[in-house]
Amino acid sequence: MTPAALSHSRAEAFPANWLKRIGFALLFLYVLYAMSTLEITWERFVTGLGHADEFFGRMWPPNFEATKLDLLKTGMIESIQIAILATFVGVLLSLPLGLLAARNLMPEWVSWTARGTIALCRSFHPIVVAILFVKAVGFGALAGILALIVASMGFISKLFAEAIEEMSLKQVEAVRATGASFWGVLVMGVLPQVMARFIGFAAYQLDSNLRNSTMVGIVGGGGIGATLFTAYQRFDYDFVLTILMAIVAIIMVSEIASGWLRKVFQ
Amino acid sequence: MSTGENAVAPRTWEAHSRGERLARFAVYLVTVAAVIWSARFVEIIPEFLYDAPQQTVDLFRRMWPFDWSHYPKAVHAALIETFHIATLGTLLALVLAAPVALMAARNITRSRALNLFATFILVSSRSVNSLIWALLFVAIFGPGALAGVLAIAFRSIGFVGKLLAEAIEEAREGPIEALKATGASPASLLIKGYWPQIEPSFWAVALFRWDINIRESAVLGLVGAGGIGVALEAALSNLYWDQVGLILAVIFAVVIVVEIFTSAIRKRII
Repeated sequence: MTPAALSHSRAEAFPANWLKRIGFALLFLYVLYAMSTLEITWERFVTGLGHADEFFGRMWPPNFEATKLDLLKTGMIESIQIAILATFVGVLLSLPLGLLAARNLMPEWVSWTARGTIALCRSFHPIVVAILFVKAVGFGALAGILALIVASMGFISKLFAEAIEEMSLKQVEAVRATGASFWGVLVMGVLPQVMARFIGFAAYQLDSNLRNSTMVGIVGGGGIGATLFTAYQRFDYDFVLTILMAIVAIIMVSEIASGWLRKVFQ
Repeated sequence: MSTGENAVAPRTWEAHSRGERLARFAVYLVTVAAVIWSARFVEIIPEFLYDAPQQTVDLFRRMWPFDWSHYPKAVHAALIETFHIATLGTLLALVLAAPVALMAARNITRSRALNLFATFILVSSRSVNSLIWALLFVAIFGPGALAGVLAIAFRSIGFVGKLLAEAIEEAREGPIEALKATGASPASLLIKGYWPQIEPSFWAVALFRWDINIRESAVLGLVGAGGIGVALEAALSNLYWDQVGLILAVIFAVVIVVEIFTSAIRKRII
């Protein structure tokens, strides 16, 4: 057999996928089209970069004056308090809501009502919920707390319900067979199987609430976001940088802490 | 061990060791202390609370009926803009996150310092909220969609990059070694060895983030970064609550449609 014939008999190692190439081409065309409708142009980008130079010049060096640090500390502590309270109440409310939404434990009409509530909590961005709560209960930390409670309920209940639906029903049946009451089944059959994951979700939510509590202040929900927004509006960009650095640092610490928390309950 | 010994001292069964119980107890204690501390010192003004139910009822009464005539005037175009911002932002994030993910993946970049540096970029991107990213980009590029796209992209780098780096680290070594044995260049290793393995999770992550970004880009306009949030901000500051209600209903509808759409695609590709 000649070498040429041999190479013919083999399938090509990496055949061209024309469907995929056309897909990428269409995606590229879409990007061009969307950029033209949004009036994103190269000139605008370059002009912006000139501003960026000035902007960073005013940001650097970060402002560490004692009065500013005091403001930073007050705002940060309030953010942490908002996050802790919102997570705590959110988790407490998610426990029953998640149970009600689990389709393998509850009758259909109950689980669908609970699922509808969860979907409603999830579909609005926390900032929109915060706007509504600022109108309802006024400016301050309470509006932020309430908004983040809603967000926590949407997130934790959904994952919790899914965790319950994935659990093994054998243990539940075993407990039921002993003649246990509904509460007995719940406490001895269901919770031991899903509690570790639930605490994992709660730890993650504490993290996420801390992140979001830096933001609700922009619409009047208290916390470090309010401090940041005020500094931004007064063009105190060097203080803005200080606040941003503090936020990144605290989120890093909280990520490490929540990782540790998950390990404890594994 | 003799059986006699077992018979004398009945074994006690414990689910957790002493250390585990102590750690858990410490967590409970810290939780309770933290909640009490927060509840005592957080500033809540009770006077504002008395008329809260009344204010809430008032809010919804002013929202209904929606001002439908406002939709073709200002909301529709803003909605399309929001869609473009979310999509372009997600695509830009994918492009920017890929090199950072490669740098963070320990099986590709064999330098601990570079891994840590990449992780630092990813964490910073995630810890700054998209609204705060938007503030920064509005200050640099001025109000408009460009700031929105960049805010969405920079916020998403952390999320996409982290999940991509994990997918890369989970890639099997077999195909890579086979390619290495043929003398493939590092670029071919990436394109023909790693990419086919991580492609499904790459698109799943992209889809997931796009879903989130539609929600996020709907509020970026509050700080002037384009999209339907600009219309929301205008309606809010003019106290046109019937327009606010309409815009919230539109956002709700879009989020539901996008969620149904993405979960349908997810079912097909996974």
